Amino acid sequence: MTRNLSPLFEPSGVVVAGVSSHPGKFGFVVLHNLLSCGYQGQIFALGRSSGTLLDQPVIASLDEVPQDAAELLVVCTPPDANEELLRAAAARGIKAVFMVTGGYSEAGPEGAKAEARIVALANDLGLVLAGPNGQGLVSPPVGLCAQIVAPYPPRGRIGVASQSGNFVSAFENYATQTGIGISRAVSAGNAAATSLADYLEWFADDPETDVALCYIEGLKDGRAFAERVRQITPHLPVVVVKGGATSGGQKAAASHTGSLATNDRVFDGVARQAGLVRAATIESAFEAAATLATQPLPSGGQTLVLTTAGGWGVITADAITRHRRLNLAPLPKDLQASIDQLLPPRWSRNNPVDFAGGETRDTIPEILNLAAAHPDIDAIVQLGLGIQGNTAALTRLGPFYPDHGLERIVDFHERQERRYAEAAAEASSKHHTPVLVASEIAATDPRNPMVQAVKDSGRLCYASADRAVEALGHLVSYAQWRNARR
Amino acid sequence: MAHVEPNRSGLLEKLFVPTLSEAHSRTLVADAGVLVSSWASAETAQQAAQAAQTLGFPVAVKLCGDAIAHKTERGLVRLKLTDAASVEAAAAELLAAALPEDGPVNLLISPMVTGNRELIAGLVRDDQFGACVMVGVGGVLAEAIGDVAFRLAPLSPLDAQELIDDLASQTLLGAFRGEPAVDRSTLVSILCALSTLAQDPNIVSVDLNPLIVTDGQPVAVDALVEVAEAQS
Repeated sequence: MTRNLSPLFEPSGVVVAGVSSHPGKFGFVVLHNLLSCGYQGQIFALGRSSGTLLDQPVIASLDEVPQDAAELLVVCTPPDANEELLRAAAARGIKAVFMVTGGYSEAGPEGAKAEARIVALANDLGLVLAGPNGQGLVSPPVGLCAQIVAPYPPRGRIGVASQSGNFVSAFENYATQTGIGISRAVSAGNAAATSLADYLEWFADDPETDVALCYIEGLKDGRAFAERVRQITPHLPVVVVKGGATSGGQKAAASHTGSLATNDRVFDGVARQAGLVRAATIESAFEAAATLATQPLPSGGQTLVLTTAGGWGVITADAITRHRRLNLAPLPKDLQASIDQLLPPRWSRNNPVDFAGGETRDTIPEILNLAAAHPDIDAIVQLGLGIQGNTAALTRLGPFYPDHGLERIVDFHERQERRYAEAAAEASSKHHTPVLVASEIAATDPRNPMVQAVKDSGRLCYASADRAVEALGHLVSYAQWRNARR
Repeated sequence: MAHVEPNRSGLLEKLFVPTLSEAHSRTLVADAGVLVSSWASAETAQQAAQAAQTLGFPVAVKLCGDAIAHKTERGLVRLKLTDAASVEAAAAELLAAALPEDGPVNLLISPMVTGNRELIAGLVRDDQFGACVMVGVGGVLAEAIGDVAFRLAPLSPLDAQELIDDLASQTLLGAFRGEPAVDRSTLVSILCALSTLAQDPNIVSVDLNPLIVTDGQPVAVDALVEVAEAQS
């Protein structure tokens, strides 16, 4: 049964308990962030005494909150105050609690007892309890930023649930950098009452979320998690990074099978069986999620490389060939014949399709469209874009600009770059074929017009061909898992 | 079905994780649907020689007992014996090599299965995830190579196929050195049989190592079942 987490992510109003006038305290930071990011619901600041903070009245008692005016309570008060607080909050119509407060089970046996009491109390009161010891949550569709970390990410389609608050922040950093935004993000903290699986199940039904991104460190019941998550993955792709996966190495066991059953291998099998997309690093996990959120699902792994840069084409073909889920597609004869009509004969006439400098102003969009439409091509990696934009940047900053006809050529280069990026997104959307644009310029000069235009198209410009291939591998792997179970 | 009677030495350890003899293990996995090489049991060296003649040479002779988990490591396996005299001699040596803590022992005689490829399959109960089925590259180098993959039991035939696909050594599963490709459907049925065995809570683990691929068919030439407690 999916738990209703709407009061957590789309509350009608929010109470912050434990606000402080000290700008370094969690209570201040949460209130500041809530007031700063565009949340439209009512915000109540609950402190020890009445007054004003950040131009907001501070109330000293929950009695001052009108009945049912707020659904979410964000708790920054110490553990000994919180049981009474929860009772009073439930009485005012609060439905969900995010507990930032630490000092619970992570702090030792006494804290664990206090945590058990607060969980039991929340259950009795019918409250959704997130945390404790969590860094907060964001919900950009409603402008909600109730977290003690930064940044507040752009709105998008990725739902984040993490057992590390710092990784929530890391994913938000990548979202801010790339523009591939976040629907909801929550730091599960000690996950005392609301677990990763609870968040994932709610994400699966959430119209704002197309892909889940998850950092897992420890599971109380691995089998139950696996069984719940495999109900989710047919509808919602779930990307995971597992911390501590290598902690159990080969063990002494009576059987060979037992000694081979390391934590890492078993989790890998669980992930493959449940359709989880398992990434090895935080960066790779974000890029896998961003890919799943922005590219169509391919029907297979037959991949075509389009390039205006020969070396990148060769390296990328190698990476595709090495990848177990991807194949370097044989160049279809009819596609070759069509490209023959568009390029001078020195082009590669093979996959990678290397234009060898033979392209004119319309060639790249035309070939992209033909390749994306071809039934034997499942996915495309597009390389070598951004070069004209690079040239334009050097020219624009040089001493001769804008004279000598340079303004016109710079404009042309920059316009072309935008066209290429837009053509990639258009061909991809039109023909339901993933087109991944990769260039190191995404990292080295994010202002490049090609990089900007890819971002504007709502897609990720991969910072290297290898990273595009890795992300595509995850996309194909998930698609194959799902297709096999149709 | 197994008679577990640990002896004095190593008594506690054996009580907690008793293993079934190879003969008992073979019977159990064969009943579940795993293809095992033909075999016979014998109490004496003479009986072993007779059994070998019935089964056909060359044969392997092993010393078996519920308390003997790892025969190879203890030198209790004799391979490629080609006539009755060598079987009788080997069997006599093996019986003499039994230690008091081995408890009741007997001999297992099985025809040599020929094939260049050895796989491993098994069942294990993981602390976090419970019963898991494994397949991989087998033989004495299984742990060193570590090309194995797991799935949770129960597993569907599709899960089993994907499990096999997870192995890095895919070339080993195709046509290899004049031998046909491994029959994946047989391998799938072995993995599904292990998944079925997982339903018995008394079975702690199962090792099928090696499964020798002969004419494309993976055949278990050894089996080790670990049980939670003495069964009657």
